[in-house]
Order: sequence, then structure tokens, then C-alpha cells
Amino acid sequence: MKSHKFIKIKQFVPIGIFIMLFWGCEREITDLGPAPYPSNPEVFIDGFSAGLNYAAFGGSNPSAFDVDNDVTYNNSRASMRFEVPDAGDPRGAYAGGVFFTTEGRDLSGYTALTFWAKASQAANIDLIGFGNDLGESKYEVSISNLPVNSNWKKYFIPIPDPSKMKMERGMLFYAEGPENEKGYTFWIDEVKFENLGTIAHPRFAILNGQDQTETSFTGVSKQLGGLQSIFNLPTGTDQAVNAAPAYFEFVSSNESIATVDANGMVNVVGGPGNAQITAHVGEVIADGSLTINSVGNFQHAPTPPHAPENVISLFSDAYTNVPVDYYNGYWAPYQTTLSADFEVNGDHVLHYTNFNFVGIQFGSPPVNASTMTHLRMDIYLPNALAANAQFRIEMVDNAGGGTGLYTFTISPAQAQQWISLDIPLTSFAGLSSRSALWQLIFVDVNGNIPNFYADNIYFRKN
Amino acid sequence: MKTKFEFRIIPILLLLLVAFWSCERDEVQKLEQRNWQLVWSDDFEGPAGQLPDASKWAFDLGTGDGGWGNAELQSYTNNPANISMDGQGNLVITALRNGNSFTSARIKTQGLFAQQYGRFEARLKTPYGPGLWPAFWLLGENIESVGWPQCGEIDIMELRGQEPGVIHGSIHGPGYSGGNPITKGFGLNNGRFDTDYHIFAIEWDKDKIDFFVDDYLYQRIERADVPGEWVYDHPFFILLNVAVGGNYVGFPTPQTPFPQKMIIDYVKVYQEVN
Repeated sequence: MKSHKFIKIKQFVPIGIFIMLFWGCEREITDLGPAPYPSNPEVFIDGFSAGLNYAAFGGSNPSAFDVDNDVTYNNSRASMRFEVPDAGDPRGAYAGGVFFTTEGRDLSGYTALTFWAKASQAANIDLIGFGNDLGESKYEVSISNLPVNSNWKKYFIPIPDPSKMKMERGMLFYAEGPENEKGYTFWIDEVKFENLGTIAHPRFAILNGQDQTETSFTGVSKQLGGLQSIFNLPTGTDQAVNAAPAYFEFVSSNESIATVDANGMVNVVGGPGNAQITAHVGEVIADGSLTINSVGNFQHAPTPPHAPENVISLFSDAYTNVPVDYYNGYWAPYQTTLSADFEVNGDHVLHYTNFNFVGIQFGSPPVNASTMTHLRMDIYLPNALAANAQFRIEMVDNAGGGTGLYTFTISPAQAQQWISLDIPLTSFAGLSSRSALWQLIFVDVNGNIPNFYADNIYFRKN
Repeated sequence: MKTKFEFRIIPILLLLLVAFWSCERDEVQKLEQRNWQLVWSDDFEGPAGQLPDASKWAFDLGTGDGGWGNAELQSYTNNPANISMDGQGNLVITALRNGNSFTSARIKTQGLFAQQYGRFEARLKTPYGPGLWPAFWLLGENIESVGWPQCGEIDIMELRGQEPGVIHGSIHGPGYSGGNPITKGFGLNNGRFDTDYHIFAIEWDKDKIDFFVDDYLYQRIERADVPGEWVYDHPFFILLNVAVGGNYVGFPTPQTPFPQKMIIDYVKVYQEVN
């Protein structure tokens, strides 16, 4: 026993020298500032790294995760095993959870989270990433539909801007449901942050890389979407990641016209004038921009003049609206119209962009407009208008009344001001009954009305 | 007892040496001094969009014989979209994808310049992505009369786009060609050849061919190393190209980013003067 101890000590002598010599290559400790958070890159190598905890997501199978000592990468001691439940499993519908630390880590010296993974069958893991701290998750990054199969393979989740990761608590999170209703098992091992010079060519985008221009007003807010982050992996292939908006630094070229906050929310604060919103991630400029052409104070639609008892309202802040299924049906595949509805000082306005046609549906229950005489509606075309702009309204009855059409021309002089339409219901050619109206459809007849606002849409009688 | 003690000391000393060496930035290579004189070069100075200098470079066009003998997918053009100066002192060869077809470019000094022995070097950034196959290489000028591989081939730099951190230097000759050349790879430690410029060179004399990356000698092939005939005692001409697909590299995948560019800062050829 005694000699055994002796041998052990002797074995440590060269190792000790070795370590001391390696330390000799490092900078002096006095060169370095205080490190407020540990920079431990290890998440799970052969067990939980220091300070690591696990919490299952609500609704997931809480026992989906376990440490596995049999199936491991490279014959290491342990791996992480995830059992994805069958559809309808009473213990939980999916596997999902967060590995987090209670104290933040300084991960700013690393460029990616890496791990090895395999699965009992070919599958796509719905979501896997880091930066989920069960709280704000400000710097969350994930990959959607990560393909795994029955061979061990190394995976990379790049960090869009490592300088943000000064006190990160979210080390790893995942969510995966059954594949074709069936459960299966996947394993993850050697989970760690690495500083890789082999991840290259980061590219970022806002608005999916498009340069967009919008006419707007003081008081209008708009969330920038279409954020993209793409990296080239050591295999030469591109990998898109879902990066939190906080990685993007948003910039306005003119803050007296429009401001943009850290989350990409654009607020138009003045006008007339222009402001361009752009973004960058670290040193890399993102593709895409939003140019705001502010015309200044919002011109509200005229206050509707009709008594509430004579009105069936679909969309107005002046009346109580009947139930409406939707204000934009996003009818596939031919509709291009998107919605960018906004609110200015409590006044809600519908805003249809990329307009070709769009439908409002109010079928539950349908509207009996038999006693009504007119369709009333305010529209505003914010862009300059071509000479032959034609707008068609289609009114659909759900009880055999057919579809009525009403088409009218809008002159260029009517652009950029509210137009109050007051159309006799008898003008809707082809509509034989209006006891069960359920759809209003707007159509850009000649394809030259890119967008319009709408407000105070209602049926009225005298 | 005494011998035992000494035995322990030796591994400690070895560890000590290894540990000290690891502190050095690079291993220092002692190579014999050479006196190189520049005899041919192209710095690719020219306005953006201009084709390479016709007095120095000729084009290989089309798809060759069976994808240039390698089942390559691209068709080579002399379109400025595929090959032109960038106006900043570089020549850019761009591989483009158009659906399932690809265009790129390949230039050569055949008939315009060839040299036996010397130093051939290029400073360039490679393209990347599965299925991309950039190359800076030499062929024996006598290829028209004796054919390939009897003419000899010296690949100064080849890269498989799915391994953007590894290049290969190879020679092909009779009995050791195609899929069976004399070759060696050189990998960057935690880096890639497509993110920064690197200098790829050979130094070639009657006895041997030395292969360099950034002046680091990673392969020496001597006459005695060649299993067949040594066919490197006549002038060779220079080629630069970006191939897509083919036997060496495999096929591009939907995840291969296009367009892909090889950006060449210069090509220089030296001769040794005594």
C-alpha cells in the first residue's frame, strides 16, 4: 500500500513539470484584467460540467433525458441520451429541455458550440441550440431540423457575435417531437464551445436581404423581420442559424425621422423626411434595409358620420365590430398580399402590402345586410399612383346570393389622401341576395396599386 | 538503482524539450539558400472586368473530353463573368451555377511561356464548398507529342471544397497518375485557405521537387521516390482553373454556396542563378 502511494507521487513529477512549462508560455497573470465570469467551454464531456443544471420544458416528457454510459462517442465514459416519446405518450408529447448554469460564463473567446450526435434512426431534431437561459434568452441561437442518423457526426452551431457572450447561462437546449408519430432515441456527446478558425464567411440579413421602402407616418411602429444568419462550416457547406435579434445592431440614418431599438422595432418619430434602417452583426454588415419615407403627422381617416344603430361594422374604432374571422386570408397560392397593420394613437389601421388581392372573412356568423343600403369604407393609397389604377371590391353571399362586383378607377390626384367610399349595395353587379354575406375581397385590377390603408369598413343604412 | 534513476530523467528531459518547443511560433526549417531571379510574372493589374493578358494566357474552353478526363461538370468560358480582373490587382475565376449546369474558367500559358526547373508560385484565395476543385498546376510542354501522363503533371495546389483547410501537392507521371499520384496534403491548424491569401509554390531542379505553403516545405519528391519514369526534365507550362465536380472532388450538393471565386493576386516564376 505504501509503495503504491510512492509510485503515484513519482508519476506525477514529470506531469507537474510539464504543466509548469506549459504555463510558462502563457501571459503573466498581471497582464490580464479581472475575469468576472468563468470561461469554461465544456458543457457535457463525460458528465455535467461545473454548475450545469437541467430543466425539462413544460409539456415535454420530463424523463426524456438521461446520462448514458453504454452508447458514447469514441468510447468515452458517458453521453447524453434523449428518448423522444411516441405521439400521444401520456408522460409528454415531446422531448425538450434546457441545460443551464446558475452563474454566467464568459464565452466570448469561442466561435461555436460543437458536439457529436447520432440517433437510433434518421431523423431531424426540431430545434437545438444555446442561449436559452429559461429567462430573457437574449442571445439564443438555434438550428432548426438538424439531420441526424445512426452514425456519429460532429455538429457546429456558430456564435453570430462572440463578443456578446460575456455572461451566458444557456449552454444547450433542444426540442424534438416524434418522427412520423413514432418515438426514437438520439445521443449527444462531447458538447463544448470551441474557438474555430474553420467556420468562415458569416452572412447576415434583415428583411430577408431585401431593400424595402415604405411610406409612413409619425407614430407608426414596425417590427423588422426576416433576420438571417448563415455561416460556412468546416465541411464547406452553409448552415443557417436562428439568431436572436440582440445579435444585430440596428442603425437609423436619421433619428429625427425614425428610431430603431435593440430588438429591431422601428418607430417613426417625425417627418416629412427619410430614414434608412440598416443592421450589422459585429463587423459584418447585414444585407437588406428599410427606407422610411415619413410624410409627417398621420392623417387619420375621417370620423364616420353614421349613427351606430344604422351600422354593421367590420373594422372601425368608432363602432363595435361584428365577429371577423380574419382581415387577411393569405389565400394560397396566388395571393401576394401581406399585412402590415398599424396603430397610431389608438387608431387601428389595416395596411395591405404587396397587394394583388386580399379577402376579409366574417362567416361566423355571416352578416345579414338585407336592410343595409351602402358599403362604407375609407382607403388611403400612400404611394404615387399610375393613371389607370383600378380597384375592385367583391362581395360574397354564403346563402346563394352569389358574388357581386364593383370596380372603380382611382385618379393619381386621389393618392396620398383618404378616399371615403360610400357604395350603394345595389351597385354590386351579380349579387342577388345579401342575407348571409361573409367575404369582402379587394382586387388590384391592373396590378399597379402596391399597397393601401383601410379603415372604417362597415355596412350602413340611412 | 542508479540506472533506474537515469531512466526516469530521460523522459522528463524529453518532456521538457517538447514543452519548450511548443512555445515557439513555428518550427524553423533550415533550407539551403537559393538565388532566385524573376523571369515571368503576372500581377493581374488591370481594370475590373478585363480578361487576363492575352500575351500571357490562353483559354481552355468547353467541356473537354469527358469533362476534361475527370467527369467534371463545368463548361469553361472566356466570359468576364467567369474570369476577369477585379480592378484591385487580382484575377478572379468565378464558378457559377445555373440550375444543374455550371460555368467556370481555365487559363494556361501553353504556347506562350514554359520553363524547366525553377520556382513557380502563386498567391491566392481558394473557393470553397463541396464539389469545388480549384487548382494551380503545371503540365509538360510536350503534351501534344507524347501525351498525358508521359508529359508529366505537377499540381502545386489542389483543394477539395469540402475540406477548405487542406491543400494537396502532387505529381502525375507514367505509372503513377490519375487516382494514384505521388501526393501529400497540407492542412492549416484551425484555419482555411479561402479566408486569407496564401502562397503556394514549388522549387524544382533536376533532382527533386519541393512543395511549399507560405514558404513552409511540406513535401519533397526526389527522383528515387517516383515509382515510374521521372518525367520532369523538360519545360512545363502553367494552368489555373476552378473545376466543379469530377472524380477528384465529388459533386456539389444543394448546400454548396455559389458563386464561388478563386482570387489570384499574382503568379511568379523564377530561375535559379548561380
